[in-house]
Amino acid sequence: MNPITEAELHAFVDGQLTPERHREIEASLVQRPEEALRVQSYRDQKRELRALFDPVLDEALPQRVLDAARPRAPWYTRRWVAGLAIALISGAAGWGLHGAWQAASSPAGQLPMAGFAQRAAVAHAVYSPEQRRPVEVDAAHEDQLVAWLSKRMGAPMKPPHLQALGYALEGGRLLPGGRGPVAQFMYRDAGGRRLTLYVSNEIGELSSPSASGAHGVNRETAFRFAREGQLNVFYWVEGRFGYAISAEADRAALTEVSSEVYHQLTKGATGG
Amino acid sequence: MTPDDQQLLSWVPRLRRYARALAGNRDDADDLVQDTLERAWAKSALWRGVADMRGWLFGIMHNLHVDGVRRPRLATQSIDDDTPEVATAPTQGERLAVLDLQAALDQLPVEQKEIVLLVALEDMAYADVAKALGIPIGTVMSRLSRGRERLRALMDGRDPPVRLKVVK
Repeated sequence: MNPITEAELHAFVDGQLTPERHREIEASLVQRPEEALRVQSYRDQKRELRALFDPVLDEALPQRVLDAARPRAPWYTRRWVAGLAIALISGAAGWGLHGAWQAASSPAGQLPMAGFAQRAAVAHAVYSPEQRRPVEVDAAHEDQLVAWLSKRMGAPMKPPHLQALGYALEGGRLLPGGRGPVAQFMYRDAGGRRLTLYVSNEIGELSSPSASGAHGVNRETAFRFAREGQLNVFYWVEGRFGYAISAEADRAALTEVSSEVYHQLTKGATGG
Repeated sequence: MTPDDQQLLSWVPRLRRYARALAGNRDDADDLVQDTLERAWAKSALWRGVADMRGWLFGIMHNLHVDGVRRPRLATQSIDDDTPEVATAPTQGERLAVLDLQAALDQLPVEQKEIVLLVALEDMAYADVAKALGIPIGTVMSRLSRGRERLRALMDGRDPPVRLKVVK
């Protein structure tokens, strides 16, 4: 056979040879312990490099990278950061869940959020440990889920896609809210930890019965944060919908998810 | 989102993996990813003509990294400081080996390191590497060979070889 070139030895390691040549070299390596050792060493290098850096693939994306992946620095970013700062200050001031909710429902608070966010937290606590039936309609039937929830909620209800952040959609269910139906979407990360998105359309009605149009009543979006034990809840109002994201994730991770959900929803998937 | 938006986003985890290996630390790597994405958006009018999006994006990252072109960055307050690193629990022996690899990698010349990494992490075909980096395929092969042999020598605690030999 032809002599093995240096380039071919690497192409052999990388599986970039024709099958015939690959077999030839494989057979000849039996007689060439030095080259066989190099092949093994290069294969080990590849494997170890993957082991060292593949975990980066599973990291939550930093906000600045997420923003850069989008068409341009979005206008809401600064407002988002400002909202987060308020939430962090609230947390730092030692307000517990009760305090945060009370603040949200106080005259200084924008809207009567207390019941809404609390129900979201309770719904998460009830359904997220569920092993056999965490959702009523699973993600394999996403079309049916969207059609069903949209009909019952009276507005398009399309679950945001969060695969980029490591959360796969499991499905969703309809729940009773304070005055009517509420949609709950459930997500799950690779480690089996669950995250729920709770969407209520009773917010606009509560704050201003006359405003039920597509433009909603809330010009400013305020993001709020509450915590109970291990459970963190991020919630906000956009248009006539209230959104709450609950997970036993840390605040930074939840912030990223919330930002992404907010971004996708303001693109018109829901609540428009 | 348009399909293009999603397409760009879908490459971000892999750009970050490569950048982390190239830059060696999280902050510099994410700077590089951020600059790459911004450059990609600035050139987004070209996307329609880009057949190999991956090669194009990694090519942009290569140019930014090698040229050291970095716009001055305003001091910003990061809101993800407490984002947890991915937990890994290697055994003592594995941890030592891994640290050795990282240290050895940092000693490779950048032009060798890039090619070793693109082939290892991305399983990129040699022709695609050549195209992304804008160099002849022969240069890809010689740098790959030198990079791997140097890495092997460093990991073995030997002095890196100074020249190539052709296997007969």
